[in-house]
Amino acid sequence: MQTTEDAKGGRMSTEGTRPEAAADQGGRAAVVPGAVGGADLVIENVSKRFAAFTAVDDLSLTIPSGSFFALLGPSGCGKSTTLRIVAGLEQPSEGTLRIGDEDVTDLPSHRRPVNTVFQSYALFPHMSVLDNVAFGLKQRKVADAVARAKEALELVELGHLANRRPAQLSGGQQQRVALARAVVNRPQVLLLDEPLGALDMKLRRQMQVELKQIQIELGLTFVHVTHDQEEAMTMADVVAVMNHGRIEQMGAPRELYELPKTAFVANFLGKSNLMHGKVVGRDGDYLQVEAAGGLQRVRADRAVAETGDVVLGVRPEKMRIFTAGEETVPAGHNRLDGTIVDASFTGVSTEYLVEVPGVGTVGTFTQNMGQVTGKAGEPAVMCWDPDFTFGLAGDDDVAAGAAERDA
Amino acid sequence: MRAPASRRPEPAENLSAAEQKAEKARGRIGVGLIVPGFVFLLLFFAAPVFVLLAMSLYAKPPGAETGVFVPAFEVSNYVVALSEYWVPLLRSFLFAGIATVLALIIGYTMAYLVAVRLRQHKLLAAILLVILIAPFFSSFVLRTQAWKQILSDEGFVVEALRFVAILPEDGRLTATSIAVVAGLTYNFLPFMTLPIYASLERLDTRLLEAAGDLFASPMTAFRKVTLPLSMPGVFAGTLLTFIPASGDYINATILGNNRDTAMIGQVIDSRFFKIVDYPMAAALSTVLMVVILILVMAYIRKFGTKELF
Amino acid sequence: MRFKQRIGRWLVPVLGGLAFVYLLVPIAYIFVYSFNDAGRTNLTWQGFTFSNWLNPCGAPNICDALGNSLSIAFVATIIATVLGTAIALGLARYKFRFRKLADILIILPLATPEVVLGASLLAQFLNLGWELGYWTVVISHVTFCMAFVVVTVRARVSALDGRLEEAAGDLYASPRTTFWKVTFPLLLPGVVAAALLSFAMSFDDFIIANFNSGTFDTFPKFIYVAATRGIPAQANVIGSGIFLIALVIVVTGTVLSYRRQKALAAR
Repeated sequence: MQTTEDAKGGRMSTEGTRPEAAADQGGRAAVVPGAVGGADLVIENVSKRFAAFTAVDDLSLTIPSGSFFALLGPSGCGKSTTLRIVAGLEQPSEGTLRIGDEDVTDLPSHRRPVNTVFQSYALFPHMSVLDNVAFGLKQRKVADAVARAKEALELVELGHLANRRPAQLSGGQQQRVALARAVVNRPQVLLLDEPLGALDMKLRRQMQVELKQIQIELGLTFVHVTHDQEEAMTMADVVAVMNHGRIEQMGAPRELYELPKTAFVANFLGKSNLMHGKVVGRDGDYLQVEAAGGLQRVRADRAVAETGDVVLGVRPEKMRIFTAGEETVPAGHNRLDGTIVDASFTGVSTEYLVEVPGVGTVGTFTQNMGQVTGKAGEPAVMCWDPDFTFGLAGDDDVAAGAAERDA
Repeated sequence: MRAPASRRPEPAENLSAAEQKAEKARGRIGVGLIVPGFVFLLLFFAAPVFVLLAMSLYAKPPGAETGVFVPAFEVSNYVVALSEYWVPLLRSFLFAGIATVLALIIGYTMAYLVAVRLRQHKLLAAILLVILIAPFFSSFVLRTQAWKQILSDEGFVVEALRFVAILPEDGRLTATSIAVVAGLTYNFLPFMTLPIYASLERLDTRLLEAAGDLFASPMTAFRKVTLPLSMPGVFAGTLLTFIPASGDYINATILGNNRDTAMIGQVIDSRFFKIVDYPMAAALSTVLMVVILILVMAYIRKFGTKELF
Repeated sequence: MRFKQRIGRWLVPVLGGLAFVYLLVPIAYIFVYSFNDAGRTNLTWQGFTFSNWLNPCGAPNICDALGNSLSIAFVATIIATVLGTAIALGLARYKFRFRKLADILIILPLATPEVVLGASLLAQFLNLGWELGYWTVVISHVTFCMAFVVVTVRARVSALDGRLEEAAGDLYASPRTTFWKVTFPLLLPGVVAAALLSFAMSFDDFIIANFNSGTFDTFPKFIYVAATRGIPAQANVIGSGIFLIALVIVVTGTVLSYRRQKALAAR
């Protein structure tokens, strides 16, 4: 056991621990930089109630050591409150919080081995960039705080701006300083609160790559809160989709995308075409579902319910579209007939909106292979491999999450 | 736009033990911070005001020496105070009111000039701002005395005004209401100008361009955009001018004469120190304070913003 | 139309400029008459001399009064700033019972004319049987200045980004360290401004001091009393001197920060 009195100290999870990492400095244990940090973060039955609403509702979650974890959800879903609870900036109304084996629920924020990259960066305006980065190390009385702070600034390529004040930096530079200020402490858990939200698109993409690289390089546990589904999917090993204070679904990005379990996930994480239907029979591994005026198929192991009312879904890029009369629908594929209401040419592809009776508007697109594209008003036929279909509960709201995604 | 300092939502009614502990600890720190100052104010503000209230009801026993009073409940003190001194009382509010309006016009012009017109000329604006604060640094009494001498009968100003016949041959400026109001206006001008400057300085001038773009003339843009956005400053400035001006008596003493320009402060001062009639002085002070509180409260009701000061 | 526009363009600078002149007239008068070879009364121009400036304490008791005022302003400012800053922090940051009441109690002195404040404190001191003098003036000035400190500092506290303190806590700073390393440095400009305001108001106050000083002399009181027989030119010297010192300090500060801003902008 390497438990020390001070929870801010260097108690490591068993995996990735180097013996020298548990060095104790003057009674105050400190994480030695260079050590591969990280411990499992366990959130158990945590709730947070405010006067007007419940922000976090009985949340249980284990974030494995060394992973890049994304909490994804629309604004107001409770993801930021969860983050603040983990950081110790907010007390949970109920539940416990553990890092490794240690209960940190009642530990104030300044004794937690957790650091945060704040959405607003929260750089101290009265200190130089270097002093900002060295702040945490100095608080823990680390001997070569300044030297390490300089190293951290080099890591984010801002070594030359060490003596500037935060106000003299651009948004992207401030973001890097905030990152350096947090990672320099080698926390067991690094929290990122929409850290890229204020950056423009180009810078954001660049920072996403850099953040991911830094995380791999340092091996720290990153918990990244965001409302940007693309960002979550690009960066995270594990994504948890949050809605109304609860986790809707959690898993690897591809897993979530290919097999959403609720309409909210299907709509919020990428787009989906959803339609109501009723299970009428079974055909081997497939359920037969009456939907959109025809018989559609979905694999039983990809459906939440196997009888009664269901909602069927398919991702737009899984579908093919033909001008009516010219279709070549492979045997056993699901099929929809409708009328094109909008066709927009974007260069790489042409995006279609097709009105299908009994379903509503279905979206799909074709890659630009030089073919003639359909026009609004023309009838069209769409088809897709039933293996791509997913089945949701029949009472799920097919519109859930769509508005939040586009917000 | 600055984010609100605290974005913590109100906590729920039924808090967990840990939450309650955290809230309680915060509360204790807060109480610890305000207690010393609070006790000081209780001892040297709240208690004195109560003593003053009590003293305003004291009675003079028959045949007692000057300055000897006994605790009583002599409400008639107020009747006497109001019936004998309603003229200087009214005059105080009238003078203070006129001075506030004049200071508002002058102060707004100065603040607007520095904060909006000269926004691009930073150094000039900074120097003018210094001049704006300047009167704070030279003695109030000395400045008022200087005005007295500048406006004196033998002075250049009076002679010039007589020459162009604005003043009659034997006309004068000192010992008139005009001089007193002018002195009040002058002396409390910084209190008016600085809050207005502070709110105009925050004004985003792009809003004025937007107003112009939407067909508003400069005058309309001022009325519809600048003025409303500077209202917190105007509000604070008028209060900070009116309140001290209505209790002031230095201007009335130095620049006025005792008969036709006496303000209530003068009466209170002389009741205390010359006539040694403490109950009367206390009663007049109470009346002054109550009337000001009523006026201020009515003003806040009518024009008040939430963030008063 | 064009004529009207031209008037509009020039109206504000001209009227504003005149207002600035108005502001400076008595100050200039005081300055000019500090060079008057006046003898005992400084009412009419007698001739130019430097002697008043060379001997500012020449008039009887004037420098004692000045010293008293400076000392009172200094002590009252320190007390009022410490107490007022604590109150501002407590009110802006924390919740507790009786907060509304505390709010009102602290704002009320601002709505109280000096004459009432002076009279009530005098009543209290008489009641307590305290001898009027240095400390009664200090106490009354603390009461008078504290509300201004609270208002000034509180504005600064509310403008402070609370997330900076959260960030400090996140970076292992205890609440105490957070206060001294982050909160206080960020509040400092507001606290300094409040202290300067307190100092100026205490130094310049006549009414409250007049009520609560007894026979103890302050500079404004000295001038007020002297006014009946004629103010000595040394008073003008001191008034102008203080004004000039303050002006130099403020202008230097302004120019320095202006230069720094320019240098930053140039980068």
